[in-house]
Amino acid sequence: MIDKLKIENVDLYYGEFQALKNINMNIQENEITAFIGPSGCGKSTFLKTLNRMNDLIEGVKITGKILLDGVDIYKDMDATVLRRRVGMVFQKPNPFPMSIYENVAYGPKTHGIKNKAKLDEIVEQSLRSAAMWDEVKDRLKKSALGLSGGQQQRLCIARAFSVNPEVILLDEPTSALDPISTMKIEDLLIEIKNNYTIVIVTHNMQQATRISDKTAFFLHGEIIEFDETERLFSMPKNKKTEDYITGRFG
Amino acid sequence: MQNIKRTNFSENIMQAIFFLSAFISVLAVLAICLFLFMRGIPAIAEIGFMDFIFNEKWGPTNTPASYGILSMIVGSIYVTAGAIVIGVPIGLMCAIFLAEFCPDNVYKFVKPAVNLLAGIPSIIYGFFGMEVVVPFVRENMGGNGYSIMSASLILGIMILPTIISISESSIRAVPDNYAEGSYGLGATKEETVFKVVLPAAKSGVLTSIILGIGRAVGETMAVVMVAGNAVMPLDKIELFKPIRTLTTNIVTEMSYASGLHESALISTGVVLFVFIIILNASLSLIKSKAQRN
Amino acid sequence: MDRSMNNLNKRKAKAMMLKAFVWLCGILTVGILIYILLFILLRGIPNINLKFLFGEYNSETLSAFSSIVATVQMIVLSLLISVPIGVFCAIYLAEYAKRGNKAVKAIRLAVDTLAGIPSIVYGLFGMIFFVNILGFRTSVLSGIFTISIMILPVIISSSEEAIKQVPDTYREGSLGLGATRLRTVFHIVLPSAMPGILSGVILAIGRIVGETAALIFTSGTNVLKNPSLNLFASQRTLSVHMYMLASEGLPHSRNMAFATGSILIIAVFIVNYATTKLAGRIGRLSND
Repeated sequence: MIDKLKIENVDLYYGEFQALKNINMNIQENEITAFIGPSGCGKSTFLKTLNRMNDLIEGVKITGKILLDGVDIYKDMDATVLRRRVGMVFQKPNPFPMSIYENVAYGPKTHGIKNKAKLDEIVEQSLRSAAMWDEVKDRLKKSALGLSGGQQQRLCIARAFSVNPEVILLDEPTSALDPISTMKIEDLLIEIKNNYTIVIVTHNMQQATRISDKTAFFLHGEIIEFDETERLFSMPKNKKTEDYITGRFG
Repeated sequence: MQNIKRTNFSENIMQAIFFLSAFISVLAVLAICLFLFMRGIPAIAEIGFMDFIFNEKWGPTNTPASYGILSMIVGSIYVTAGAIVIGVPIGLMCAIFLAEFCPDNVYKFVKPAVNLLAGIPSIIYGFFGMEVVVPFVRENMGGNGYSIMSASLILGIMILPTIISISESSIRAVPDNYAEGSYGLGATKEETVFKVVLPAAKSGVLTSIILGIGRAVGETMAVVMVAGNAVMPLDKIELFKPIRTLTTNIVTEMSYASGLHESALISTGVVLFVFIIILNASLSLIKSKAQRN
Repeated sequence: MDRSMNNLNKRKAKAMMLKAFVWLCGILTVGILIYILLFILLRGIPNINLKFLFGEYNSETLSAFSSIVATVQMIVLSLLISVPIGVFCAIYLAEYAKRGNKAVKAIRLAVDTLAGIPSIVYGLFGMIFFVNILGFRTSVLSGIFTISIMILPVIISSSEEAIKQVPDTYREGSLGLGATRLRTVFHIVLPSAMPGILSGVILAIGRIVGETAALIFTSGTNVLKNPSLNLFASQRTLSVHMYMLASEGLPHSRNMAFATGSILIIAVFIVNYATTKLAGRIGRLSND
């Protein structure tokens, strides 16, 4: 297995408040890594440091190193290049108020692809990868805001595919969705993991056990335990992890 | 018991007074329509609708007199279009600047400046135009300076605050997660603002432009001081030559007009009024469409 | 890889250009304002003197005294008419009206329409209705009535906005103590909404001070030697005074037009300052 992302001694501060404490982990290629933990534990914050979305928030200070294929993403990489390679899907589906086609074509257009035929191809491929081509191929010109919540979220996943990323970060992508839409998205993630590195933040422990290869348990800005998903859930080494997964707190 | 009755009574009286006060606005609009049309429509009928609207000959003191306002309709359209061409790009960029790029300590100065720009009376704009813009146009672009160009420049400045404030607030109202989605795909700040945020704010921007058009079409004093106000035959209308608009037609001749001439000036006001009503209607159309989305 | 890096540089250059352009437009807007203000003030303030401010009007002084008094008169009396009507209308819309009511729709449509009507049309209406039909002649009185209608939408919208911002908990508190709706409106809602209502009133004052087109045919362009409170006399306000001086075209009247413009600008400054101060107070209120 290849380490796609290496995280070394990462601390993160919002002003005076330390939100992440000495995070170290390796995230491997072609696997699904899940982050679990109670709200406010830092798992989403940490996810956002992986493609520098925290740069957009004022007063955030980050120390330590995050390496993507061995390159320091905070020192030696442009944020726009990084975010093309490390895509993101957000908690609340956030399609742009444009047509379905324009939503998917936005990314490649941003990165300089102008050829119409090429764009058509990317749009179809991305929508196929998100398993929604057949649902929407007849209404590509319709507004994306007319789709159901689950469809909107899969469109956002297709949009993330459109720039051909290597890593996809998902921040509680199914928390606003119904069970059927959730299942569709989970199936989709398992299907595509051979071509990508996937990191998912989830509130739902069953979801982590269903889809992830590795799981990290976060508490108060620290990683308490990080292990193979099966092992972490069946025989946690740390008492706090055990308390959390057996529902004794949080 | 009696006390309750009394409070109920005063409650009802006051509620009636509130309602009547509210209804005064409706009465005012009705009265404006009624009296304007009452004086304006018969004159249009007497002149002949086609002769009034589609004739370019305006000579109320000639024998026989002629009352065609086509060249003023065209004049109003030209100066308004000019104002939009100048004011909308600058105003929109300034709105983007205020909403997305302006550091807080600069915002503290720019925002009040925009508000101040909105508060300056038209007469000051007109005088400034007469003293600065007209000579500038005369010396650098030709003609005597009193021209479509000068009027467009002044109106372009005057509609800036309208365009800026309304566009700014509609840009600010765009949910953050649209921008996040764009950043997440590797777009830069500028790409995000221009390709995602601005299109999402388009109904607000459109509203600001229509309000700007309304302000430019209806502006009188500032235009009368810089436009030269000569009635131009359609084929002689040029960017650097004088022009007369609907509003300035009224204000330049009303003081000495009487009889049909005076009525024809009021009819000019009716045409202006109808135009404003159409603009208002399109505004509420945009509003209801935006609400449905 | 190389090609995509090139593309990145191109994108960054374009982004920089856009950013520069956006900054430029911001600076341009402020620049225009400063230019206009300085242009008028620098030429106007040296021409302001006591005779101009408080002297008798003649071709020598071109005094603004009677115009200033007429303007103040116009402000006070038209506010006296429109503020109660406007605030009551706002109370009706915000506190009593039921959603979707046909009358409410008509009222809102009317307020929007009034807000969009150009001043010259108000001028024509005032001339037809107040000057001719009601027989007030060209007089301060006709001007006051015309202006009252014109500023109505300003007062209604800002008052309604202010009333809506009063938290429902205030109303519930008062109603819960057994107070009537009316008492709640006058003793709880209106006092809390006062800064917003006042800022609407001040905005309206700004509009009255700056108005020209609606007054030329109603209040007229006449100037009196000495100030008079006679409502039936035709009198020019400060803005009309400036227009008359500016269109005279003589060097002396031009100088005095600059002076009048400076007074107007100072008035606008005061109005803007007061509204911003009040707006700040509203912000603080709703933070509680």
